[in-house]
Amino acid sequence: MLQITCPWCGPRAESEFSCGGEAHIARPLDTDALSDEQWGDYLFMRKNPKGLHREQWLHASGCRRWFNAERNTVSYVFTQVYKPGEALAESVAAAGGAK
Amino acid sequence: MSHFSIFALARNAMSYHENWQRQWRSPAPKASYDAIIVGGGGHGLATAYYLAKEHGMRNIAVVERGWLGGGNTARNTTIVRSNYLWDDATHLYEKALQLWEGLSQDLNYNTMFSQRGVMNVGHSLQDMRDIHRRVNANRLNGVDGVVLSPEEIKAMVPIMNTSNSLRYPVMGASFQPRGGVARHDAIAWGFARAADRLGVDILQNCEVVGVQREGDQVVGIETTRGVIKSKKIGVVAAGHSSVIADMAGIRLPLESHPLQALVSEPMKPILHTVVMSNAIHAYASQSDKGDLVIGAGIDSFVGYGQRGSFPVIEHTLQAICELFPIFRRVRMNRQWGGIVDVAPDACPIISKTHIKGLYFNCGWGTGGFKATPGSGWVMAHTIAQDRPHALNAAFDLNRFNTGHLIDEHGAAGVAH
Repeated sequence: MLQITCPWCGPRAESEFSCGGEAHIARPLDTDALSDEQWGDYLFMRKNPKGLHREQWLHASGCRRWFNAERNTVSYVFTQVYKPGEALAESVAAAGGAK
Repeated sequence: MSHFSIFALARNAMSYHENWQRQWRSPAPKASYDAIIVGGGGHGLATAYYLAKEHGMRNIAVVERGWLGGGNTARNTTIVRSNYLWDDATHLYEKALQLWEGLSQDLNYNTMFSQRGVMNVGHSLQDMRDIHRRVNANRLNGVDGVVLSPEEIKAMVPIMNTSNSLRYPVMGASFQPRGGVARHDAIAWGFARAADRLGVDILQNCEVVGVQREGDQVVGIETTRGVIKSKKIGVVAAGHSSVIADMAGIRLPLESHPLQALVSEPMKPILHTVVMSNAIHAYASQSDKGDLVIGAGIDSFVGYGQRGSFPVIEHTLQAICELFPIFRRVRMNRQWGGIVDVAPDACPIISKTHIKGLYFNCGWGTGGFKATPGSGWVMAHTIAQDRPHALNAAFDLNRFNTGHLIDEHGAAGVAH
């Protein structure tokens, strides 16, 4: 059971959260102008890194807000959590990381 | 390489079984090969074997960063079946099942393939409609399948709770008689030994750290054991596919998730078939050692740690206890995880890429083990002939741009 720090609620059990996948994928503004390759790239292609990854998480059984997190996909340690719109540098560091 | 037989067994008994030959060599990497397979799991080793056997390519190597068969091949729940929904998927898995049926003889290795049937249980009206539809689709495609009533299920699996006391009672099941289980390690070792016998070099403890290109042609790989040149490189690296793709400047639609499994203490034979339930989510069979082999859904986050979180195990065992009340006192013995590369449509990618000579076989996600021989067979064709076989043409990487996804989430039977 991981321990995840919600930027609003503080550290909570993993079972309170839902993982929303890769963060910072901006939906293209003019989708009609995209080629099939660009559209497929936006819809489906993912970084899937072995190491630090930026993800979206939902505090599903808590405040039900979405936030971003930087997490190591090998050790599962959360290095940062930050609110939508915040830059990584201004974020609230995760207390204690994953347990 | 000695042939396994009753005579070999008897002969070696005379020298106290101290003179059996090694099953594969550990050669030093050559400077170049006609083809390199990156990934020494079941699929990679099968690819190398069929490249040698069906296409006469002998100057080839399999490169594995750890020990062969030590990834997902060692960690799955050993289920083999071909009862998928769509034509393209069904034909590919059925090719694999037909290869399984002759595999022990072909490889001269006991894969312990046991065709004890696979049952997919339905717990709602929609489950049953989907089951009828899938069984009909199977039969139209020449694949065996029947729909069972709760009474027929109870007769086959007396320990299943088919009463109305279940939160989601059993309403029926699909059953594929030719499906079953096999010994996962045996398939890695069997393909490795057979490939080695045909001259394939298996290079373990050899991690790929770079892919070399000249223009739009691949020319070699950089590894922890040096540079190895080749104009044909097939990447069969499962959970690590994106890592290799990144080295080659290729984007894949995969996410690598933990998939956990566990086994119980050994017991006398009590479960004689494979039971899978989508709705209450668990699947189980009983191995020849007597332990229950149990699996369920993926952990929802990307994870390369070969481990997942305990709530997944807990939910899985709740489902097992609900479906098989007699197992409530059974103790679980050992639990682990793999790294499954999940594709958006729960179907594999067996494809050329925009880089000449670079091929990817990945995205099998939670259902790769059953396809092992078929996957290797079509990948060998794709590499040797530089074009896909009819069986894997639909599983091109570009389907994520053309929109021709093949949605097998239902038939995959594992929560994503």
